[in-house]
This record gives sequence, structure tokens and C-alpha cells, in this order.
Amino acid sequence: MSAGKAEPAEPGLPKGQGIRQSMSDLHIWAGLLVGWILYAMFLTGTVSYFRDETSQWMRPELPAQHQPPDSAEVAERVAATLATVAAASSQWSIGLPTERSNIASAFWRNPQAQGRRAFQSGTFDPATGQALQVRETKGGDFFFRFHFDLHYMSPLWGRWIAGFCAMFMLVAIISGVITHKKIFIDFFTFRWGKGQRSWLDAHNMLSVFGLPFHFMITYSGLVTLMLMYMPWGSDAAFKTPVERQAMTSQMSAFVPAGKPTGTKAPMVPVADVVRQAQERWGRDNIERVTINNPGDAAARIVVVRGEAGRVSVSPQYLLFDGVTGKLVEAKDKVGPAAETRGVLYALHLGRFADTVTRWLYFLVSLAGTAMVGTGLVMWTVKRRARLPDPDKPYFGFRLVERLNIASIAGLPVAMAAFLWSNRLLPQGLAQRAEWEIHLFFIVWALMLAHAVLRPARRAWVEQLTLGAALLVLLPVLNAITTQRPLWRSIAEGDWVFAGYELGLWALAALLATLAVRTARHRPRARPVRKTAPAAQPSAAAAVGEGA
Amino acid sequence: MLAKAWARRPVISRIVAAIFGGYALAALTSVAAVSLPMAKPEAVLTGLQLSFLVYALAVIWVFGARTAKRAWAGLVLAAAPLLLAAFPVWLGAGA
Repeated sequence: MSAGKAEPAEPGLPKGQGIRQSMSDLHIWAGLLVGWILYAMFLTGTVSYFRDETSQWMRPELPAQHQPPDSAEVAERVAATLATVAAASSQWSIGLPTERSNIASAFWRNPQAQGRRAFQSGTFDPATGQALQVRETKGGDFFFRFHFDLHYMSPLWGRWIAGFCAMFMLVAIISGVITHKKIFIDFFTFRWGKGQRSWLDAHNMLSVFGLPFHFMITYSGLVTLMLMYMPWGSDAAFKTPVERQAMTSQMSAFVPAGKPTGTKAPMVPVADVVRQAQERWGRDNIERVTINNPGDAAARIVVVRGEAGRVSVSPQYLLFDGVTGKLVEAKDKVGPAAETRGVLYALHLGRFADTVTRWLYFLVSLAGTAMVGTGLVMWTVKRRARLPDPDKPYFGFRLVERLNIASIAGLPVAMAAFLWSNRLLPQGLAQRAEWEIHLFFIVWALMLAHAVLRPARRAWVEQLTLGAALLVLLPVLNAITTQRPLWRSIAEGDWVFAGYELGLWALAALLATLAVRTARHRPRARPVRKTAPAAQPSAAAAVGEGA
Repeated sequence: MLAKAWARRPVISRIVAAIFGGYALAALTSVAAVSLPMAKPEAVLTGLQLSFLVYALAVIWVFGARTAKRAWAGLVLAAAPLLLAAFPVWLGAGA
């Protein structure tokens, strides 16, 4: 390959400007190519900081929880249920309610199946230990899962796509910082109502304001799935499952079930061992109880510590003999590299956060979403002024413009529709939880069709308005369809429901503001200056060195 | 169309260098790290967490280099010491 021939492409540029120019091109293209998926990952990830609250709101039959129930009793109740529905299973794992979550969940190994089908799962009422008898929904778990698994494909594919996009994001962040040498001056510069410059300033402000967060969230996102993306080191280092388990045990509190003896033995009450863990970590700080080989002489009970009071997901657990109730092992620390991973993972999830920190997480993450969104819009704003014929833009321009509308404005509409479907779908509908998700995608597809068929500016205004209307009316819909209208939530101090619905109104106000501003916006007829400053590459140069 | 693609081969070359060359360098880093003088799980996890930074910086290098040729040369240069460190890991694993 005679790549050397390209050398004269940039010789006229001073060295510094050359690198800034190429970083700017890299920033623009890395951001644009996967920007729509990144936007969707950012927005659904952002709302996932209120995953448990979303789940609570989507199960209105369950009463408001003012104090979490005693983990020891809940574990005992759910274990009793599992003893009847999964008696032959070699492993039960029970996720306990927390201050934010009002349900118990469990998964258990199905002795008749192998591979991915080998586990079954269910949700349980903490008060009775029985399977939940409320509307079938995935709740906030849907947004959380979509954020990295996507949907309608195997999670493996979804995670590879998400990782690919996250890598682009990381490159876009670094190249963006290099492009903007005056990064802190830019932060204090804001030029309202100046078209392209205002978009650039908004993009800079949102990016710089949250820069440490954006970098952290992107890098830690890659770290959450790193073994899948980069298996080479561990494949080279570990040849036997035992060796590999030595590393896995540094990352996960999941203790594989050993061989059962085959001899039946009565189990110690689960509540007793959970109480020992509560004394150590606090009453409401138990995350999970796993029972290996229940009912066997070799039974083991693993009680896993919650994330309150520590910024780490590194495994901390107590392992008990399930028959005698004696403490076998207390795992409370891992190596420095493993702990680094545990901290990065915890920073990404933000589950350690109290209410104020959680809102900060939400706001900075929303700024990250807006950073991606303004970046995408800027691509079209910058090029619109230079269109030879503004009435007939070229295909690439139309594509970006329409995809921008369908993602930036269309996704919030689809997300609101998901919440609407939760209140409107009949309770007895077969596969109800799946239908909530199907409706999310149907509405999103409709928004794409709408964006393609309507004039661009009308499409922006209509979708933003629709999104605002759907969000504003959600508390009304909730008041009509449930026994928990907003005024009662406020009067009774149910801050999960009240906070959730007030939050929906705040988001509605945000969309409405954007709709009004877009509707009032009059693009100036005069084209932008011909002599663009260095930080503003021309559209043609942005194609890359080969152009 | 073909002529256009031919004219753009330096940028195509860089894209290949960034996506595949960068990944190869990152993967090599994660294997080389296993030879670090620490417990194996720790060494593996160290390499894993560093690999994404190596990947990102490799991409930045590839597009920052003056020519596509230099971009590739830089990747090869960075790979050489990593290969030296990674080799015993592969050999050791085979033994």
C-alpha cells in the first residue's frame, strides 16, 4: 500500500493546527457514526438511576414502603416458597428488598436444563413470600437492560454493540478535549441566539461541566463487561476452571454449588444466619441470600452484603454451613486490582448513592445525554447553512437530520409510551410484560416514520410536544387508573410516587421548552462566515484526509 | 466509485489501523500484563482495566499521526515490547 502518497495532504498546516484538525475530524466522525445508539444508551442509562423507583411506580398495587421489611424474615419466607416450587434445585438465590426496592426476586437452577435455560427466575411479595400477584411488568429493569443488552437480539450481540459504541464514546471524549484547547474558557462562554455558535457553546458547556463524569461513566461501562470484550489475558493465564474461579471469586459473590452428598439433612432457619450478617452490616444492608444444595447435608448459605456505605461492588459475604449454621468463611476483601474494578463498577451503577447524590448522578448523566444530542444536532446546523439548495439537501444530510429527530425527540416519546402501556394494558393480557416493551418499540418506529414523512422542523416540534404531553398526562392517567393519585401521594408522604410524578412533569417542562424554542426559531438567511476559525473545520475537510 | 475509494485508501487504512490494530494492541496489553510480578488474578485484572485506555490512545495516535504509514509503524513499535512480555505467558500456558 502506498499510503505515503497521502503525505502532501497536510503539509501546509502548522504542526499544532494539524493535530487539532485531525482530532476535530476524529471527534466529529466518532461521535456521529454511533451517536444515535450512544444517545439511547445515555438516556436509558440516566433514567436507570431511578430503576427501583420506576419499578415501584409500575407496580402500583404494592403499597408504599416506608421502611424496608426485615431481610431475615423475607429471606425465610421466600426460601419456604422455593422449597415447594424448586425443591429439586441445587441452588436458590434470593435478592432482598432494600430501602428503594419493595419486592424480593429470586433465581434458581433448574435441574432438568442446561446452559442459558438452566436458571429460572421469579418475583416475590416480601410480605408473604409468595409469587407476586400484581400486574406483570419488567418495570425499570427494562430501561436498565436495554441500556447495554439492547433488545430483539441475543444479549451477547447487544453487549458487543454497546461496547463498540462505548469505545467510540471514549475516543470522542479524548479527541474532543484535544480539539478544545481553550476548554475552560469555553466553559464560561455562552452566546445565546447565535445559531451554530450557541449550539457549540451548549455542547462545550455540557461536556466540560460533566467531563470527569462522562469519562468515568464511559470507562467504567467498558470495565463492567471487560471480560467479555477482552478475554485474552484470562484465557492465556488460566487453563483450569479452578484457576479461573480464583479470579471470578475476586469479582463476584456468586459461590458455585459444590457436590451434594445425597444425604438429606434439616436446614438451619435461614433467618438465623441472616441475623448474624445484619449484626455485622446493619439491618437493611443485606443484598442477597444464596442457598447451595438446600436440604442436603452439604448445604451452604451465602449472605451477601449490600452496597450502602461503600463505593464498591467487590464481593463481601458470609458463608455458613446450612445444617449447623456455623460460619465457614467471611469474605471481606479482594486484591487492589480487583478492588479498583469493584470501585469503578460501583461508580457506574451509583447504587451506593443517597437521595441527593442520586439526583446529582441523574442530572450530570442527563447533561451527558444532552452532550450527545447537541453534538448530533450541531452536525446538521453547521452544514445546513452551506447547503447548495436548502430545499433539497443531499441524502446524508437528510439521513442524519431524520435520525436525529427520531432518536433525540422520538425516544422520550417511546419511553413515555412504555409507562402509558403499563397503566393501560389489561391485567390478564398474555405476555403482558413483553407487550409493554413491544409498544415501546412500536411507538419508537412510528416516530421514525413520522420523522421521515414530515418536514424536519414540524417533526421536531410535533414529537417534542407529543413527548411533553404524554409525560404531563401520566400523573393524570395514574390518578384515573390507580388508587394512588398525586395529591394523595403528597398528603401521605409517599415520596417515591410523588417524586416520580413530579420528576415526570419536570422532564415534560424540559421537552415543552425545547418544543417552543424550536417552533420560534427562525434560521437566518445569511450564510455563516466563509472564514471559519480553526476550531471549526469545514464540512468538506471533515470527511477526512482522503477527501 | 472505485476510484473514489482508491483515493481514500489512506483514511481507510487508518480506520483499519484504529479499529483492528488498536484492538490487537489492547489485547496484547492484557496478555502482556499477565507476566507482571503479582498474583495471577490481580495481573489479569490489571491488564484488563488498562487495555481500554491503550485502545483509546492507540486510536488517537492513529488519527494524529502525520501519515497512515507512520500510524501503522507506531502501532508495530508499541507492539514489539508487549509481544516480548506476552510470549512467555503463552508459552507458560502451553506447558
